[in-house]
Amino acid sequence: MKAGIVLFPGTNRERDMAQALRLVSGRDPVMLWHRDTSLPQLDLVVLPGGFSFGDYLRSGAMGAHSPLMREIRSFAERGGHVLGVCNGFQILTEAQLLPGALLRNAGMRFLAQEHFLRVETADSPFTRDWSKGDVFRAPLAHGDGNYTAAPDVLDRLEAEDRVAFRYVSAQGQDDAADRRCNPNGSQRSIAGVLSENRRVCGLMPHPENLVDPDLGATDGVPLFSSLVKSLVA
Amino acid sequence: MSMTVNAELAARFGLSAEEYQKVLDIMGRVPSLTELGIFSVMWSEHCSYKSSRVHLKTLPTKAPWVIHGPGENAGVVDIGEGLAAVFKMESHNHPSFIEPYQGAATGVGGILRDVFTMGARPVANLNALRFGDPSLPVTRRVIDGVVRGIGGYGNCVGVPTVGGEINFHPAYNGNPLVNAMTVGIARTDKIFLSAAAGIGNPVVYVGSKTGRDGIHGATMSSAEFDEHAASKRPTVQVGDPFTEKLLIEACLELMATDAIVAIQDMGAAGLTSSAVEMAGKGGVGIELDLDKVPQRETGMTAYEMMLSESQERMLMVLKPERTETARTIFEKWDLDFAVVGVLTDTARITVRHNGRTEADIPLAPLADEAPLYHRPLVHTPPPGRIGIVADPVGIEHALLTLLACPDLASRAWVWNQYDSGVGGQTSRRPGAADAAIVRVEGTRRGLAMTTDCTPRYCQADAHAGGAQAVAEAWRNITATGALPLAVTDNLNFGNPEKPEIMGQFADAVRGMGEACRALDFPVVSGNVSLYNQTSHPNGISTPILPTPAIGAIGVIEDVTKAVGLAMPEGCELVLIGEIRGELGQSLWLREICHREEGAPPVIDLTAERRNGDFVRRMIAEGRVEACHDIADGGLLVTIAEMVMASGTGCYLERPHFGTSLHAWYFGEDQACYVIATKQARELIDAAESSHVPVRHLGRSGGDALVLNEGMKLSAERMREVNGAFFPKLMER
Amino acid sequence: MKIRVNVMLKEGVLDPQGKAIGHAFEVLGFSNVGEVRVGKTIELEVDTADREAAAAQGEAMARELLANLVIEDFAVEVAE
Repeated sequence: MKAGIVLFPGTNRERDMAQALRLVSGRDPVMLWHRDTSLPQLDLVVLPGGFSFGDYLRSGAMGAHSPLMREIRSFAERGGHVLGVCNGFQILTEAQLLPGALLRNAGMRFLAQEHFLRVETADSPFTRDWSKGDVFRAPLAHGDGNYTAAPDVLDRLEAEDRVAFRYVSAQGQDDAADRRCNPNGSQRSIAGVLSENRRVCGLMPHPENLVDPDLGATDGVPLFSSLVKSLVA
Repeated sequence: MSMTVNAELAARFGLSAEEYQKVLDIMGRVPSLTELGIFSVMWSEHCSYKSSRVHLKTLPTKAPWVIHGPGENAGVVDIGEGLAAVFKMESHNHPSFIEPYQGAATGVGGILRDVFTMGARPVANLNALRFGDPSLPVTRRVIDGVVRGIGGYGNCVGVPTVGGEINFHPAYNGNPLVNAMTVGIARTDKIFLSAAAGIGNPVVYVGSKTGRDGIHGATMSSAEFDEHAASKRPTVQVGDPFTEKLLIEACLELMATDAIVAIQDMGAAGLTSSAVEMAGKGGVGIELDLDKVPQRETGMTAYEMMLSESQERMLMVLKPERTETARTIFEKWDLDFAVVGVLTDTARITVRHNGRTEADIPLAPLADEAPLYHRPLVHTPPPGRIGIVADPVGIEHALLTLLACPDLASRAWVWNQYDSGVGGQTSRRPGAADAAIVRVEGTRRGLAMTTDCTPRYCQADAHAGGAQAVAEAWRNITATGALPLAVTDNLNFGNPEKPEIMGQFADAVRGMGEACRALDFPVVSGNVSLYNQTSHPNGISTPILPTPAIGAIGVIEDVTKAVGLAMPEGCELVLIGEIRGELGQSLWLREICHREEGAPPVIDLTAERRNGDFVRRMIAEGRVEACHDIADGGLLVTIAEMVMASGTGCYLERPHFGTSLHAWYFGEDQACYVIATKQARELIDAAESSHVPVRHLGRSGGDALVLNEGMKLSAERMREVNGAFFPKLMER
Repeated sequence: MKIRVNVMLKEGVLDPQGKAIGHAFEVLGFSNVGEVRVGKTIELEVDTADREAAAAQGEAMARELLANLVIEDFAVEVAE
């Protein structure tokens, strides 16, 4: 699997992402600069976490207008696989490659804690190594992770099985009104979604920080092993 | 600004009559306003350490693994495999009271720059915080802003905040302490220093533009400002973590080339101190052309530009033929880059602006004749040991009270706003072990780090308190299995012109020095913050508790061998060290009996060293499942914390004590550790043959802390009690 | 010309900042305050003397970058 990681000014989880891709796929990703005007031959483009352009206007807004995003849009339109984590998810919604938007956390504070996600579909190149209903640990680190979309958009996401992950309690229960289950107040507890062709995925938590057994946990591995399985022909 | 330079103005700039006379002697004329500004900031307490230097010189600073000690931007120690840890702690106390968010944020930004200036990628932040009485609205405002500020800056620059400490005491009501520490990693053969060299080499300014931020913050109070100065000058510096992140990446990219001769961040006193220190250390002259300085505001004077404390700026001396390479890198990162001067052979700093020479000062006397004071000091005799104190409430009530009290309550509400995982190397998050552990990227090594100080001990006995702070930092690193390497200190005290405060300072430094020597734990960097006083409406001002905060690092060769607090079922619990039941200055005495009395616990550095070396050896031999040192709250709080961290309970046998039960459980005896082990027999035998005091305490299992005396508290119940304080205080 | 773009969350989109401010008003005793909404104002200068052209440009800039039309509405004023 040949992966590229996009660097914006203010990106800060690119090393974490590179480490995860390297550990699981055995191959070093290439680093891409936001001002580049062409993409190399790639199986996967990853938009990592951070504060692109300081997130000063709106999280992800300015990143979505970078020159390289034009190339990534056509890459996605051609059926390319794109993963956006945290700020990367925000950029993908701002670029309208994924529906919805990410508002300020309901509690108005930055959330940096271990939390739990439930896999809502195993039918995607990002989740096939999980089973539907699996619950796994994933760290949160965001100020604007409150997923919002119009009711008809949410209905459609659910009807088309495009909700990839939901925030849940350690026991796997979802309750959108309970901050202990749904810490940032996301609508319908949505933590990650898929595009119509299921090849673009965005999520707020950080599976890339839980892949190394030497650092104590491997809950995030299936995301990357799913991609390896899907993209290594 | 139209100001006439005379003794009165010098006094308002913080220079005494004698100091001003020295300026006149050096200059041979009345200095210009800009020159007076330069003298006053360079000779301020903050930059010159004029009150503290004679004492600081007594601290041990050398060891075979120390690469650079005090005097550089940060300390540098060898951590093996050709790598070095670069670290320092620095205070931002006064700004954090005036504007808590920006004060704390710029504190984090400043200490990060001290570390990456030396060529290190910052890998961890810690912060030692002291707040006033939590029931006061002002304290809540300060906590809210400081926590948001630390998170806002650290999270954005992408450096994990992995540890630190928080204490509360009314002595900090009007003067909270925000001490920020950064640890970075560099190659030992790629350390960058600040001594300028090469006559004719360009002096380059990079980073953010200069505005009128925080001018003369170091020497003049804002009240004095209001009377005399223009109203448009903001005194609070505003941090821009996004620009800092770009500056880190640009500097590290440039440092991978051979373009840099010297580099220094612009911290307190901005362009003045960076230019003077770089030229002074290199023994060269420097000429600055202020017309070239990137400016955010219009009509700035030379005085304002030389004294601005605008954030996220650096000064570098480059090899002339590599200037364009450097410019390309900084422009790629959208940062300002300007050649603002040149090194000269004049041994003077010359500042030109709008075709005029605004300052022309010989550098050697500016440094060599900086004031140095042997301030009068009075030692405060330490209190006697307290007599026998009866237990008024029982063990269970006391434990629950202590777990709920502000100084011991769970800090999860705070940590959960700090990104502790960014970078992908964090092995032990805050609260998971006695020290935070971050893996060194590309190796199996781990860096262990902590900050420690027990101000109430220092208040009672500054000498013992200074030693205790060092010993506890050493112990916390040891308890993870790491080898303690070196210390950075952040000495926060009151007004040094008061002999009793100066006495506290001298005693604390003496105690620290003794502990550092006994534990092979040299001081490699540090910072002094004086004049920390709370003013009261009646005009009286009272000092903070003496707070010599110690930041420390250690190294463990295999990060997977490190241990934390969480213990599995089926372990034996073993006490290493001797409990005599020291209740003087304990949290039990304060929280249960409402007495802040007595002598702090005895520090026995020989026992400290022996017990700690033993614990580290046991961890290295794989005999230890979990380890936690005994500190605030004593033995029972230590064990309760292990139970809460793991969710696994334990049963404690009736102890064999030569003291009363509550003194056994809540005494704050030093040099003690609780170990959870599955090899109790071997561990106890090893301790006995090494003459290390050891005692079997009980075993782990179930989900409650159960005492032979009949108490039973579930982990869940203790977590609830322990977790209530911060959310209840802050989320109402 | 100076252009002022006001960006507000759309009706019906939850505004946690506004909610927090409304709550603070209650605590402070301003009991008659209804819904509070927080927006932002972006002021910028464009080099043109034509008011209509300035307004059109402001509108375009708001659509492309300053507002996220999924969650936000905007209004453009030409100030001078």
